[in-house]
Amino acid sequence: MIHVVIPSGLRKLTGGAEHVELVAKDVRGAVAALDARFPGFAEALGARFAVAVDGEILQDAWHEPLPAGSELHFLPALSGGA
Amino acid sequence: MAEKRKFRWVGTRPIRHDGVDKVTGRANFGADLAFADMLWGRVLRSPHAHAKIRRIDVSKALALPGVKAVATAADLPDLPPVESGGLEGGANFRDLSRNVLAREKALYHGHAVAAVAATSEALAEQALDLIEVDYEPLPPVLSIDGAIATGAPVLHADLVTRGADANLPNVASRIVFTRGDADAAFARADVVVERTFRTQTVHQGYIEPHAVVARTNADGQSVVWCCTQGPFMVRAYCAAVLGLELSQLKVIPSEIGGGFGGKTTVYVEPLAVLLSRKAGRPVKIVMSREEVFRATGPAGAATVHVKFGANRDGKLVAGAARMWYEAGAFPGSPVQAGAMTVLAPYALEHFSIEGFDVVVNKPKTAAYRAPGAPQAAFAVESLLDELAQKLGVDPIELRLANAAREGTQAPYGPRFKKIGMIETLEAARAHPHYAAKLGPNQGRGVAVGFWFNGGMSSSAELHLTEEGTAVVASGNPDIGGSRASLAILAAEELGIDVAKVRPVVGDTESVGYTDMTGGSRVTFATGMAVIEAARDVVRQLRERAAKLWECDPAQVAFHEGRCVPAEGSGLAKEPLSVADIARKMGATGGPISGQAQLTARGAGPGFATHLCDVEVDPETGRVDVIRYTAVQDAGRAIHPSYVEGQMQGGVSQGVGWALHEEYVFDAQGVLENPGFLDYRMPVASDLPMIDTVVVEVPNPSHPYGVRGVGETPIVPPLAAVANAVAHATGVRMDALPISPPRLLAALERGAA
Repeated sequence: MIHVVIPSGLRKLTGGAEHVELVAKDVRGAVAALDARFPGFAEALGARFAVAVDGEILQDAWHEPLPAGSELHFLPALSGGA
Repeated sequence: MAEKRKFRWVGTRPIRHDGVDKVTGRANFGADLAFADMLWGRVLRSPHAHAKIRRIDVSKALALPGVKAVATAADLPDLPPVESGGLEGGANFRDLSRNVLAREKALYHGHAVAAVAATSEALAEQALDLIEVDYEPLPPVLSIDGAIATGAPVLHADLVTRGADANLPNVASRIVFTRGDADAAFARADVVVERTFRTQTVHQGYIEPHAVVARTNADGQSVVWCCTQGPFMVRAYCAAVLGLELSQLKVIPSEIGGGFGGKTTVYVEPLAVLLSRKAGRPVKIVMSREEVFRATGPAGAATVHVKFGANRDGKLVAGAARMWYEAGAFPGSPVQAGAMTVLAPYALEHFSIEGFDVVVNKPKTAAYRAPGAPQAAFAVESLLDELAQKLGVDPIELRLANAAREGTQAPYGPRFKKIGMIETLEAARAHPHYAAKLGPNQGRGVAVGFWFNGGMSSSAELHLTEEGTAVVASGNPDIGGSRASLAILAAEELGIDVAKVRPVVGDTESVGYTDMTGGSRVTFATGMAVIEAARDVVRQLRERAAKLWECDPAQVAFHEGRCVPAEGSGLAKEPLSVADIARKMGATGGPISGQAQLTARGAGPGFATHLCDVEVDPETGRVDVIRYTAVQDAGRAIHPSYVEGQMQGGVSQGVGWALHEEYVFDAQGVLENPGFLDYRMPVASDLPMIDTVVVEVPNPSHPYGVRGVGETPIVPPLAAVANAVAHATGVRMDALPISPPRLLAALERGAA
């Protein structure tokens, strides 16, 4: 079981729920599980997003493993300047 | 995990490897390359800020002797509105194509409409006058208020507001972050402050205009020489815009005279390639300063409304921000990053943040150092200063009482790991600057800044020479001294003199894929690849020593640049230096090279606290920055001079946002100050020595503890300066820049 925090902008798809528990072995699995439970979630999330797994921000991390008990956040994709 | 170790080279200040060439004028920048049969390219730009393009007739230009090729959007594939895949990602190629050459509409004054290649610059210029464009001028949209008003002219008929229940005019997306119940928390607060803040469009102001030479070879491959923050980005973006395969392009980066985010996309590069492919000759395009101002991406204007609720003791109980950011002609302002950073330095249980990405008839914005964060921090840090005044609390103490720390949940979701927000505040409080006495008409401002810092993908190779010196190859153009930093990391791992490491910047065919120089990521991420590549070399050195000693590699340890018998190995051997082994590498197995490619994880966020003293001339409204101290957590400063340089550079640019810089448009959307004479950036004589204090709270996710440092320092200065002005005058300036006429008017209003 992993713990997913739903971004504010997508909570209308989860009936307002901010926290969701689900079983997924990686980020791709988590998105699929969320889309199955809340139809339209994957489309609303879009193809390019970042995630934070247990506080670590990762870009394009579809295959990032999600150990049991981990916390997953979805974030907008970021770009930098420097 | 950051390793505890004693460093030999990390923290030292060797002269940068590219330094002598740069100060003697020998270094080759974007405009320095020329070929004997080269053509010159010039770009025809829209005289209207908003117009339909009914027809373009290039026949007269093509008929001019000496003109070898003309290009319009009809020469480009009409791409679907999908975001790019691949490693660079992030760009909507339909919009990018239309920014490179306008198709149905010109969307800002200076928007490229056609390009010409001719045998001389004068002929190319002459040919532009022969291109006939039939425009239908439309009313321009030149401000956030004008864009979102009911009945506003619409830039893109097909624009749908992502993230909103209903379509909003000229709003490309809406982003929301909320936690807890902000409304209820505001109702409980002892004190509530709120204010709307405005910043103007500003340019990165890099010294070197965009420049490119493209030459198409007989086999159909185009070679591109250009100044860019990302050669792999140029290859990917040109390929997409022109409908080419990546293998048909090779990009060789020149030295770069500044970028600050402004060279993270393409403008004239695809045009040079297209013209060279059409003409069969090399084509060179160098933008003028005026073109840079009119047609490359600045940071957009923003309107940010912030509200804080606090208890009498200064504890924040609620925060709210509504933010509108101009994206320019196509969607994609950094409002997302603005919304994610706006409250990030503070621990808040209850907040609501809402951001809007607004298109206007101005150049498409590009990244500019911590994109989105300076506008947000100006608002929040100014309002916190006002709150501190209202509560009678010291501004640093107010921030300390609410500071984010390890374990604090950031407003955008995850919990911070080890961060240095508190350490920078404490170092600023302890600095003599904070206790120094002020004179008449002087004031002191405090402000904090935050930036995520990036990781992304990097490759590195480390080749050992047969004398034991080393070459480090990476794919990041060196903007802020990264060659020196990468050489230090290699020297530290190999235990050899840093002067014996030559760092080189490769092209798209000589080094593995590497994301752009941006996001404060090079020393962190590419540095991590260099460390891994060096460790690969060390592994091979131990294997070679084992061969020479006729033992197992496990019996060989590597210590301070020498292979030595491992503890407990029972071996009695004289140590072998890197040079000893390198000299024998031919006989022990051949060349020794290490390589690494990675997507770096765990970029440690950067925090900074700045102190600024100003003196205001009450008769003219002129503001002089008389003392400035920047305190920043660098995690670990690999080359302290370049960390300090980044801090000082960020402050200089931030002072420009605060006091001087703004795009001035007329009612038709024509930029009236497209040059450094009228677009006033601070120069050395405008600024005091900017003192720096480097705090080191090691990033636990990097072997040396490195955090990116390039972007955070531009975040606090806007508010640090504005807060200092508020304390010097008693007048709070909520719109930038605080130019003399604007401040004088405010002082007169305040006195009335």
